[in-house]
Amino acid sequence: MIVLVALLSGLVFALGLGLAGMTRPDNVLAFLDLAGAWDPALMLVLAGASGLYMLVAPAVLQRHRPLLAPRFHVTMRRDIDAKLLLGAALFGVGWGLVGLCPGPALVGLAGGGGDLVLFVAAMLAGMFLFTRVEAPSP
Amino acid sequence: MATSPLLFALLGGLLIGAASLWLLVAAGRIAGVSGIVGGALRPRAGDLAWRLAFVLGLVAGGAVLRVLSPETLPKSLPHSGPVIALAGLLVGFGARLGGGCTSGHGVCGLGRRSPRSLAAVLTFMITAFVTVWLARHVLGGAA
Repeated sequence: MIVLVALLSGLVFALGLGLAGMTRPDNVLAFLDLAGAWDPALMLVLAGASGLYMLVAPAVLQRHRPLLAPRFHVTMRRDIDAKLLLGAALFGVGWGLVGLCPGPALVGLAGGGGDLVLFVAAMLAGMFLFTRVEAPSP
Repeated sequence: MATSPLLFALLGGLLIGAASLWLLVAAGRIAGVSGIVGGALRPRAGDLAWRLAFVLGLVAGGAVLRVLSPETLPKSLPHSGPVIALAGLLVGFGARLGGGCTSGHGVCGLGRRSPRSLAAVLTFMITAFVTVWLARHVLGGAA
């Protein structure tokens, strides 16, 4: 059942990205280009998505457990450490270089373009590299 | 896109929020794409199938978009191969080191009012703004 839940979530997530225009790197870069013809669309996407989440998630997390799983997997960490900031900084550089982040890149694979395959392969390599250098969690 | 791209942006955002909430209420999981994919690269018992299913859902959604609205999917990117590969590496490694990307920190983290996620989002927005400014306005589109 969890597999079907995740499949549906990914599907709707992708349609949302597409409807919002966020599967197109040029739209993402138009938001990131403050000195150019700035396009606020990405901000509205983020506001709509996180705003809805903010309205509903607290009530969901009040429940003892999810509908179809034994428990919630949600971190309660609140500290801001160097790894968080360094990782986010590197992520932003990569995002700014071509205008792709993980979700739109995976959705974009369906377009069949070789550049998208290259990006996703490199992204997976970067994630794999992280599992090599990561210290075991305490 | 037709009349107002900004309206579509808001509606698309709401759809993304709904998909993320659905994963939380039904499966108890955060809809963070880099976390879901990264976790699949180092799977624990019984933890792999749902991750692959989510990724499959993303690609299947892409296939639907390709049929309904082909212009939403890029055929190619206006960058050289080495730049695309470097960007992918930085996005993959950085998202894992920083504990999330635009979906996990952006949508779900901000949506839970997490101070970690707010710090991450502000940080990657700033480095992305600077990167685009350098690439487009200082180096003149060399990247």
